[in-house]
Amino acid sequence: MSPILEGQNLALRFVAVRALDDVSLALWPGEVVAIVGESGSGKSTLLRVLAGLAAPQAGRVLYHDADGAAQDVHALREAERRTLMRRDWGFVHQNARDGLRMGVSAGGNIGERLMAAGGRHYGNIRTAAAEWMARVEMDPARMDEAPRNFSGGMQQRLQIARCLVTRPRLVFMDEPTGGLDVSVQARLLDLIRSLVAELGLAVLFVTHDIAAARLLAHRIVVMRHGRIVEEGLADRVLDDPQHPYTQLLVASVLAA
Amino acid sequence: MSDMALDVGALSKRFTLHLRGGVSFPVLEDAALVLRPGECVALTGPSGAGKSTLMRCIAGNYGADSGHIRLRHRGAMVDLVTADARLMREIRAESLGHVSQFLRVIPRVPALEVVAEPLRLRGVPRAEAEAQAAALLARLNLPERLHGLPPATFSGGEQQRVNIARGFVAHYPLMLLDEPTASLDPANREVVIALIAEAKARGAAILGIFHDSEVRARVADRLHEVRPLEDAA
Ligand SMILES: Nc1ncnc2c1ncn2[C@@H]1O[C@H](COP(=O)(O)OP(=O)(O)O)[C@@H](O)[C@H]1O
Ligand SMILES: Nc1ncnc2c1ncn2[C@@H]1O[C@H](COP(=O)(O)OP(=O)(O)O)[C@@H](O)[C@H]1O
Ligand SMILES: [Mg+2]
Ligand SMILES: [Mg+2]
Repeated sequence: MSPILEGQNLALRFVAVRALDDVSLALWPGEVVAIVGESGSGKSTLLRVLAGLAAPQAGRVLYHDADGAAQDVHALREAERRTLMRRDWGFVHQNARDGLRMGVSAGGNIGERLMAAGGRHYGNIRTAAAEWMARVEMDPARMDEAPRNFSGGMQQRLQIARCLVTRPRLVFMDEPTGGLDVSVQARLLDLIRSLVAELGLAVLFVTHDIAAARLLAHRIVVMRHGRIVEEGLADRVLDDPQHPYTQLLVASVLAA
Repeated sequence: MSDMALDVGALSKRFTLHLRGGVSFPVLEDAALVLRPGECVALTGPSGAGKSTLMRCIAGNYGADSGHIRLRHRGAMVDLVTADARLMREIRAESLGHVSQFLRVIPRVPALEVVAEPLRLRGVPRAEAEAQAAALLARLNLPERLHGLPPATFSGGEQQRVNIARGFVAHYPLMLLDEPTASLDPANREVVIALIAEAKARGAAILGIFHDSEVRARVADRLHEVRPLEDAA
């Protein structure tokens, strides 16, 4: 078996900061990996580079597709990369507005993605949209309403449904529960946990919430100043942290 | 060495507390231990000697600094000290059970699901996994009305029984038990003693920490003393 996604020696420098400084990371099929670290440590940049949304200045990203072929994500033609993102991948943004089309109905947001991946039959698409709304615990009777009619937590559920309806193999999530009320966050995490386990997805997600990382992740990657300072089995990184920065992260949670 | 279930040797583990000015102290130095299938070994030694640390290293929850921890996995002896996260996860699903001292509750997940999870990870269908989980919880006298509730609000003894059921529901060739009877009443203690005897009878090797000397005497075939390092030196 080979990893589903591999980032090799990735570097990306903005004017004043090294957002990624020689970062390598492999994700295996069915594996859930959390990227943690303080704000500005390069988590989102790493996720965006791995997901093909931002180009690295050095290094490469390899995706191993379902047929076992390795694709150099940043060397693909734009059209090929977009096909890959629609068919094999999903990306859940922190702000639902970045992942949803606000001018399209809730059901349309789900159906549109299905059509983009090749779905044709209108009736089937509506049925699938309704099913997925129910699956993320939204009321399918509201499928013709615009996303803005829904609360932040519900919009996030809609974004997740839009992302999963095409049955991607690999899902990226950037702070999927960030900016939501604590009780809403908790229920969203439950939903993500059960969907990910049920579908056997490979997931790479960014969070600064250590409890969320413990709850969801098999493995944790700790970033600081654009570098991975520690990574390993989730419970080991949290219960026996080695790097001073990881010890600080874990201690601040216990104290909170 | 084909008759070993666990082979620990030259094992060292120290903690370095970077937030305490980098103070660093060894807990295990050159530790060694062998377990054979079907036997139960009890770790003894004063509080703070490193019993739980040794057990957590074997569970993969703590990382050892050097030495080896070999156990049987998919027909071969595999070293946990150098195993990566993915292999460790596979070993935990198939070959190594761990009943930690305290249940790590997953918020909002009902007891029945917590107990059924190890079977689900092995691909057992939900209905069957939950039926086995319910039977084991019933055997441990956890009232059925609690099966559908998350254990977060359970008493210490109830949580411990959920933890024990989770550890015994799938049959592992090697099991680690950290004070499994600490907060149990006599009736449930008997159930745990019976579960251990059954596991041994099917060939499982068991490493345990038992505070209760009567339980220890009844389940352990051998004792293994963990001595605090200053005494050992
Ligand atoms: N498009 C950009 N232009 C300039 N600087 C950026 C850009 N994106 C991110 N950065 C900088 O790179 C660093 C890492 O940012 P980011 O990956 O967003 O961190 P995190 O997600 O861990 O909070 C930060 O210092 C941030 O200000
Ligand atoms: N995660 C940890 N970080 C720092 N020190 C630890 C950690 N776990 C255990 N220790 C220390 O290791 C020593 C042995 O503890 P432990 O293995 O729990 O002993 P026992 O189970 O024999 O009572 C103690 O000094 C304890 O404080
Ligand atoms: Mg970010
Ligand atoms: Mg102990």
